Amino acid sequence: MPKVTFIEFNGARHEVEAESGLSLMRAAVDNGVPGIDADCGGQCACATCHVYVDAAWEAKLSAPSEMEADMLSFAATKQPNSRLSCQITINESLDGIVVSMPEGQH
Amino acid sequence: MNPSVTGSGLAEAARAEAFSMPLDQIDVSKPRLFQEDTIGYYFERLRRDDPVHHHTNDFYGSFWSVTKYKDIMTVDTSHGVYSSDWSNGGISIFEAPMENRLQMFISMDQPKHDEQRKSVSPIVAPANLASMEATIRSRTAKVLDELPRNETFDWVERVSIELTTMMLATLFDFPFEDRKLLTWWSNVATSSPEVDHIVESQEARLAELGKCLAYFTRLWNERVNAPPKNDLVSMLAHAPATRNMTPREYMGNLVLLIVGGNDTTRNSMTGGLYALHQNPGEFAKLRANPALVESMVPEIIRWQTPLPHMRRTALADAELGGKTIRKGDKVVMWYLSGNRDEEAIENADRFIIDRARPRQHLSFGFGIHRCVGNRLAEMQIRILWEEILKRFPVIEVVGEPTRVLSNFVRGFTHLPVRIPA
Repeated sequence: MPKVTFIEFNGARHEVEAESGLSLMRAAVDNGVPGIDADCGGQCACATCHVYVDAAWEAKLSAPSEMEADMLSFAATKQPNSRLSCQITINESLDGIVVSMPEGQH
Repeated sequence: MNPSVTGSGLAEAARAEAFSMPLDQIDVSKPRLFQEDTIGYYFERLRRDDPVHHHTNDFYGSFWSVTKYKDIMTVDTSHGVYSSDWSNGGISIFEAPMENRLQMFISMDQPKHDEQRKSVSPIVAPANLASMEATIRSRTAKVLDELPRNETFDWVERVSIELTTMMLATLFDFPFEDRKLLTWWSNVATSSPEVDHIVESQEARLAELGKCLAYFTRLWNERVNAPPKNDLVSMLAHAPATRNMTPREYMGNLVLLIVGGNDTTRNSMTGGLYALHQNPGEFAKLRANPALVESMVPEIIRWQTPLPHMRRTALADAELGGKTIRKGDKVVMWYLSGNRDEEAIENADRFIIDRARPRQHLSFGFGIHRCVGNRLAEMQIRILWEEILKRFPVIEVVGEPTRVLSNFVRGFTHLPVRIPA
């Protein structure tokens, strides 16, 4: 299974195995990684699974949908490499991806 | 549902009526059903038999009721199809005459909504929340320490209103000694004169809101010429998207921020205590493990659902739950019903403080209009319970609460309690 690394705002690293076909958000929640709230359960409707994608991996992801961009635009902590982790589907090409978390999820 | 009147004749009669009356006669907009807290039976029937339900009455006209979690999610996230804009009818089942409609960003569509919302949303950015925590905690501690012992008092007045009004005053940097005005304007803003008589007429309501605007215009004028500060008035006065607002838009946005920051958290502060009173097993669990405050807070907000509905207007024909919604139709998302939907939430009719996914509820809405202050609300309620647990092993609820007569605010006017010495 692809490995993914989540880095909490405080710097704590969590490397977990993520199932292909499921979202990056699910990999965090199912493995008990703190810092991903996912209030809407993966509907791209709340922006509480916000992550910053490590530069090396940004190009491997498809562009955010309009809805994802809208939801992210309201996050005070948004950066150019911000994504909603529920909208990133794990596959073998993402083996090794590193994402970090904002200070809070809104 | 687990109404306060469970087992009483009123609840039994309501349940019998809800499950026997012809579907087309079911009217979930009746404020009385919310005040009596029997509305849950009618929603339960609709979720079972007609989840997207059409009804017409004299007061609200023709409207769809959306009662299932997943259908509500669909409407809430399809802002291109379901409009919030005041010019189409706005966000409440009650539709004021066009000239009286409040122009606030929750009642706007893109792109204006986004621009105005972003003018104020930094106030609840994570770093700001962290900086507010100590103030909220010390105020909460003071309010709790000053509560009477061994005598009956009103939890709504002494705790819920007091704490949320102080919070609002801070967010607006509003003169602290005048802060009770904020509570009053909040009550007036959500009042429905024909129903609750908080004020006697729509004209009187608008006159009161005019006083609110006049007061806040004074604050605006002070701050627009001063360097930007971290309060809502200063932010509105300086942000490019809001600094040229019309007075009507300023008033609308003030009402939005006052109600959003006041009624909602206030009623969850009362509703949480009442829910624990009705579920002593959960209260015992909490006392044994205060760390459960973390998961209890979102459960309180789900359980209370302080704003039971939001309304949209269809911009085009659309399918929803097997029904055809027509362009121009009024569509009411009953968050209170979706929050009791067994298909989305396990044991949805029970108050359980240690749920696995407590934040998956509809009380804040979803999509672009999702509550701006959600994490601030959660923080205020969390701190309240952390401080309560440090002080009071027991808070007795010594009488039934009285509830607001409204289908827009699900709240309490009084809850008599007593803290043993």
